[in-house]
Amino acid sequence: MVDFIRTRDQQAFSLARFAMENNVDRTEIKKLSTLARIEISDATIDEVTNSITDILSLVDQLQAVDTTGVEPMAHPLDAVQRLRTDIVSESNQRESFQTIAPMTEDGLYLVPKVID
Amino acid sequence: MHAKTIAELSHDLQSKKVSSLELTQYFLDRINRLDSRYNSFITVTEDQALAQAKLADAQIQQGNSSPLCGIPIAHKDIFCTDGVRTSCGSKMLDNFIPPYNATIVDNYLQAGTVTLGKLNMDEFAMGSSNETSFYGAVKNPWDINCVPGGSSGGSAAAVAAHLTPAATATDTGGSIRQPASLCGLTGLKPTYGRVSRWGMIAFASSLDQAGTITKTAEDSAIMLNAMASFDSKDSTSIDQAVPDYRADLNNSLAGMKIGIPKEYFSEGLNPETEARVESAIKEYEKMGCVIKEISLPHTHLAVPAYYVIAPAECSANLSRFDGVRYGYRCSDPKDLDDLYRRSRGEAFGEEVKRRILIGAYALSAGYYDAYYRKAQQVRRLIKQDFVTAFNDVDVIMGPTATSPAFEFGSKSNDPVAMYLEDIYTIATNLAGLPALSIPCGMVNNKPVGLQIIGNFFAESKLLNAAHQFQQATDHHSMAAPDID
Repeated sequence: MVDFIRTRDQQAFSLARFAMENNVDRTEIKKLSTLARIEISDATIDEVTNSITDILSLVDQLQAVDTTGVEPMAHPLDAVQRLRTDIVSESNQRESFQTIAPMTEDGLYLVPKVID
Repeated sequence: MHAKTIAELSHDLQSKKVSSLELTQYFLDRINRLDSRYNSFITVTEDQALAQAKLADAQIQQGNSSPLCGIPIAHKDIFCTDGVRTSCGSKMLDNFIPPYNATIVDNYLQAGTVTLGKLNMDEFAMGSSNETSFYGAVKNPWDINCVPGGSSGGSAAAVAAHLTPAATATDTGGSIRQPASLCGLTGLKPTYGRVSRWGMIAFASSLDQAGTITKTAEDSAIMLNAMASFDSKDSTSIDQAVPDYRADLNNSLAGMKIGIPKEYFSEGLNPETEARVESAIKEYEKMGCVIKEISLPHTHLAVPAYYVIAPAECSANLSRFDGVRYGYRCSDPKDLDDLYRRSRGEAFGEEVKRRILIGAYALSAGYYDAYYRKAQQVRRLIKQDFVTAFNDVDVIMGPTATSPAFEFGSKSNDPVAMYLEDIYTIATNLAGLPALSIPCGMVNNKPVGLQIIGNFFAESKLLNAAHQFQQATDHHSMAAPDID
């Protein structure tokens, strides 16, 4: 029962936030660009912010629909993941895969130093 | 020769009127001569095509009678091709040479086809006009000031300009049917799971489906016969036998019940487009079909639900492009985070970035229930509309697009206007249903498409309905001007 109430409260909370923050601002776009690891230049940020605000108002229509008791749908045929036997089915193709990598050395992918 | 269908060319090949090598050289010459006008190919694989043609000729000599043996086709540049650059229309994959073939590419090689090359498309299949491609916009052969539709714009333009007899394509929200409609062709999106997604670069995995763009429904059936398969490498592939899609083409349509959804004839529809679609429906009535008005009450919610679900899946799928394992990498990254941010920031186009950001928003803490979960619930309501309708009717018909091809730049600065371009096609992707578009007339010298939607796995019925229409009318045999 307690869990149930908490879930309901969380939903109410997120819907309230939705209503308040429907118009995304530059700060939020900056945050999203960090989450998505996409550099957005200062020159384009206003344009990006405006177009995303437009799209979110389009998407807004969903809020008016009563979906009480409707099971969310993830797959058109409600199929579930097939399981396979736990045996090796692929051969090692590291060399072939690494020929298309930007930088490799001794079979490893090279990236800028992460730990000093 | 370029106006011929696969069925006709196959007959010529089998009766030794022409060799696959001659046919292949003929289409390669046309591509070299004409494609600078249309920009439909990103890569032409001339040497490989000629080698495959010689192989096909040898197979025909040995008695291979597969209807696709020796037929040149071209693949949308979203399908991985072993040893051949697969760009997905993006700077991100401009240097990407896959070490493997997509399952459908293998299926077609198995059937003996010849691959002419790889076709232009909206970047990562995100667009309805082919204007988002890193390789430049594709032009509509019917009017080169107009878009060919998207995202499979290269596939549609190449078939319409008779640069290839047929093309593969993909459809996440209308990307086969809308360009087929705008270019006067037959475009089929099969049931979700009917065709393998393995090796097809993912955009929105629960919606993406491969299909074909051809001149006729008969060609579409021939192409689907080779394309469809159960594939254990695609976890959402459906394990169901593949019928011969040509078997039912000549069935009579007498008594077929056609549902006309009133929501598909709403205010946004161009009145002349509406008139062409209505006369096509009258044609079906003449063939003995029973016409019934139906309602798909959640239609107006399809575009909003799609623009939560598709970006959410896209933001997850496109996280694999990290500048580390393949694809574009920025120069002189100062640290790992800078490597990710700049590689992605520099190599993705505006529309792709926009969708990734929307997806990240819809999936982020605090918004998941209000957006993603809500959209998935609405998705079920949309599917339920169709399930209810198919209790009463065999197929559903309406327009494919709101209007004929529009001019370059007319919607590219307004994402919402561009998204609404797919208003009649998106719901079937959300529901997972098969649908096709066939030409049904012209408005201002530009083609108009009739959309036919079927129940799950009813591709044969759709192709039957389309083929019978093409036996009774000649809209499908109209050719774009100046393609010689």
